[in-house]
Amino acid sequence: MSHLQPVPAGDPSSAETGATALAALLRASARGDEQAFASLYDATSARVHGLVLRVVRDPSQSEEVTQEVFLQVWRTAARYDESKGSALSWLMTLAHRRAVDRVRAAEAVSRQDTSYHHNSQSVPHDATAEAAEASMEGRRVRSALAELTPVQREALELAYFGGYTHTEVATMLDLPVGTAKTRIRDGLIRLRDAMGVGQ
Amino acid sequence: MSAHEIHALSGAYAVDALDDLERARFEQHLSACAECRAEVASLQDAAAMFPALTETAPPAALRDAVLAEIKTVRPLPPTVARLDARRPRRFANIIAAAAVLGVLGGGVAVYENANGGNGSNHGAISAADQILQASDVQHISSPVRSGGTATVFRSEQVHGAVLVAKNISPAPKGRIYQLWLRNKAGIMVPAGKLSGGDHTVVLNGDSDDASGAGITVEPDGGSKHPTTVPVALMDFGPAT
Repeated sequence: MSHLQPVPAGDPSSAETGATALAALLRASARGDEQAFASLYDATSARVHGLVLRVVRDPSQSEEVTQEVFLQVWRTAARYDESKGSALSWLMTLAHRRAVDRVRAAEAVSRQDTSYHHNSQSVPHDATAEAAEASMEGRRVRSALAELTPVQREALELAYFGGYTHTEVATMLDLPVGTAKTRIRDGLIRLRDAMGVGQ
Repeated sequence: MSAHEIHALSGAYAVDALDDLERARFEQHLSACAECRAEVASLQDAAAMFPALTETAPPAALRDAVLAEIKTVRPLPPTVARLDARRPRRFANIIAAAAVLGVLGGGVAVYENANGGNGSNHGAISAADQILQASDVQHISSPVRSGGTATVFRSEQVHGAVLVAKNISPAPKGRIYQLWLRNKAGIMVPAGKLSGGDHTVVLNGDSDDASGAGITVEPDGGSKHPTTVPVALMDFGPAT
């Protein structure tokens, strides 16, 4: 993909110091500091946009969603509570929710109007793999993912990057209802423990 | 759904893999279960690592668009986040405010959900819960034009409807969001009021016969009929 670029300098992947810096930028943004917000954008936009693009697929819709995400971040930055998790986690949770809301809304429309599919172009799955290889943290995540069983990875991938509900995931994988949600939860717990985050 | 089953949804909730109804039920549960809140937060932290695998810079023009647009948007004050830290006093004020709103709105009940503190307004919680937990509950969602989403949950068994609002932008100064039910004759009748943020509101009026619900922006005291184009409309579909 031609718009793939190296990760910007302010990349949040430089771990713990990055996390504190992000929280500080978020707090300054909440006070209306536009420069701090611009730095926050530079540090996180590749991560937000890559996620949105992976879930939404359509490039122009993805740009809309990424823009909405950052506007919401600007508007609601004061709601970020450091005691409840990292700034990056807050931002990614918000971005993921927006992306999933967008694909589900589009799905509701396409149920009524099948012509929608002709307009929606998909991005190949592995389009972003190259960029990820360049990132230290990408490698860390990959090695943590190796701790999961293949069926946990499969269910989590469909839920997180596919934007499917656990019931849909169960159907897609031909599992009894209830099994997918357990795999998703168990997979996340393993990932959490392997990465040493969130505790 | 038993407490144990609800608890098992924490992972799916953390990655947005619940449908609207499950999500609303789980958030009800979250407001009362500190253990689940902690687990969800830790699983969201874990899930937030995934985007390290898919980094893709957006086009440069998007940066300009975002930075231009924020100049026109005022950041919200931190009231919602502070609510948890000093709940008793401030929460009492909110309940009082909700009660006033309830009187003005003709008996509509308002309480804050998981994101805004825990609900201790008992009557309202059980009314909302009854509807959300009803076996025949139906739901329909709509984006709100001014920002956020609204979902109406409706049960004929319980004879009621609940509107779950998420991330609603504050109404312009001197204005409020008013909720409406569209009756059999196609007329919008007042069903309550709403402020910005996240809210769960039991709709006032006969939801069984209603063919839809809507949200409009109205002057502070509310209106008898909608005076503006709805910012959200939810069609209940053919009458049953």
